[in-house]
Amino acid sequence: MTVFTDMWDFLTTGANWSGDGGIWALLVQQLLLTVTALAMAVVAGLPLALWLGHLGRGGFLAINISNIGRAIPTFALLALFVKADWPGTDSLGPYGRAGLATLLALTLFALPPIITNAYVAMREVPAEVREAARGMGMTGPQRFFRVELPLGLPLVMSGVRLALVQVWATATIAALVEGPGLGTIITDGFFRSNYGKGLAGALVVAVVALALELLAALAQRASDPTPKGGPSRQADPLSPAADTVDANADAVG
Amino acid sequence: MTLLAGADGPSCYTRQVNEWICSDYLADRRSEIVDATVQHIAITAVSVLVGLVIAFPLALAARRFIRLESTILAVTTGIYTIPSLALFPLLVPFTGLTPTTVVIGLALYALTILVRSLLEGLRAVPDEVRESATGMGMGATRLLFRVELPLALPVLMAGLRVATVSTVALTTVGSLVAYGGLGNLIKDGVSTNFRAELFTASVICVVLAILLDVLLVVAQRLLTPWTRGVRA
Repeated sequence: MTVFTDMWDFLTTGANWSGDGGIWALLVQQLLLTVTALAMAVVAGLPLALWLGHLGRGGFLAINISNIGRAIPTFALLALFVKADWPGTDSLGPYGRAGLATLLALTLFALPPIITNAYVAMREVPAEVREAARGMGMTGPQRFFRVELPLGLPLVMSGVRLALVQVWATATIAALVEGPGLGTIITDGFFRSNYGKGLAGALVVAVVALALELLAALAQRASDPTPKGGPSRQADPLSPAADTVDANADAVG
Repeated sequence: MTLLAGADGPSCYTRQVNEWICSDYLADRRSEIVDATVQHIAITAVSVLVGLVIAFPLALAARRFIRLESTILAVTTGIYTIPSLALFPLLVPFTGLTPTTVVIGLALYALTILVRSLLEGLRAVPDEVRESATGMGMGATRLLFRVELPLALPVLMAGLRVATVSTVALTTVGSLVAYGGLGNLIKDGVSTNFRAELFTASVICVVLAILLDVLLVVAQRLLTPWTRGVRA
């Protein structure tokens, strides 16, 4: 198949990797966007979800926000943001209008898994543990920081991990609205009938996605306070049986 | 310059006006919208069905051979990690710029959710139920179809709902290979800066996802009448 040799040629040509529109530059661009959006979503969503979970309120919204997020096509939201008068101007931010629209859309799509998992993590702390902490005379903040948060951390982290992979996927789709990132290579290859190039871009995106997932799994394992083989209810995050794609999983854009 | 040089003055979708919500657009481009919606539904339905048909034997195999289970789950998780915009091009060398490419890609995503929920549902069947069925003289096949699958249905249907709603949303990305249903309209709306087209297609997409979800809830209630009293 000639497409594969084209792809190989594209990937092995050094000029395609360097320079302004090169693979490295786009890769860094997309990673930067992904990390920024994830950080924004964590700052915006995590404290609120943890607090609600601690209080046991607002569960309906916290659980259903994932369902709502799933029904909204990433592509549609990106397109609406890019073509809207708000937010921003054509020159705002390093990547222009599409860049800002992408960042906002990415942040919004990172919120549901983070919020839902954080809320569920707080609620799933066993009632007896909660009672025991209260019986020992712990105050609300003490219970939250010393008991509920450490016990819920693996599940909270799995939400962040889910969000990370999802944001990376969504950032790829930004190329459909002339946004920044590696997806540009794919769409460019396709719209110019240079399928080898499109395939090369797809391969790079997929490899980075898998690498991110693996890194996140390692980070999640490191965050688990219970020793291996201990009474942790959470399965080993590296094992495929872990809830990477649990019922709360959203479509990878 | 104007798209419509009618006597009624500028329509709400000329280049100058370009409103988000426009009933004239709905009226004038009706057939185009209907065609896109029909294509969207067809691609979604076929993808989820194909995913279900493949997920079924996979889940049964994973249940029977413990060693296979971790492999199947690892591979499906790996597929789920790959962004759709990357997955479609990876399939193009084999299937070309056809609806098949979109359907295979979407079926693979649906598959990952469905295999998991099938396994989970089958695992949730109580051992004593399984034993009494065997004690009554049921064979493996009858046990599966008459006892285990009906009891696994609620969990499976939950997975099916998630898979269907995500597939509706993901179908839009199929516009990369020109078969994205409503996604084609969104793409066209972006490239021609046509707000009414963009907005209408997006709204139909979300409405479609909600409708299909409701449809599946109704189907589940009809299929599992015994759960009705329990789940208030």
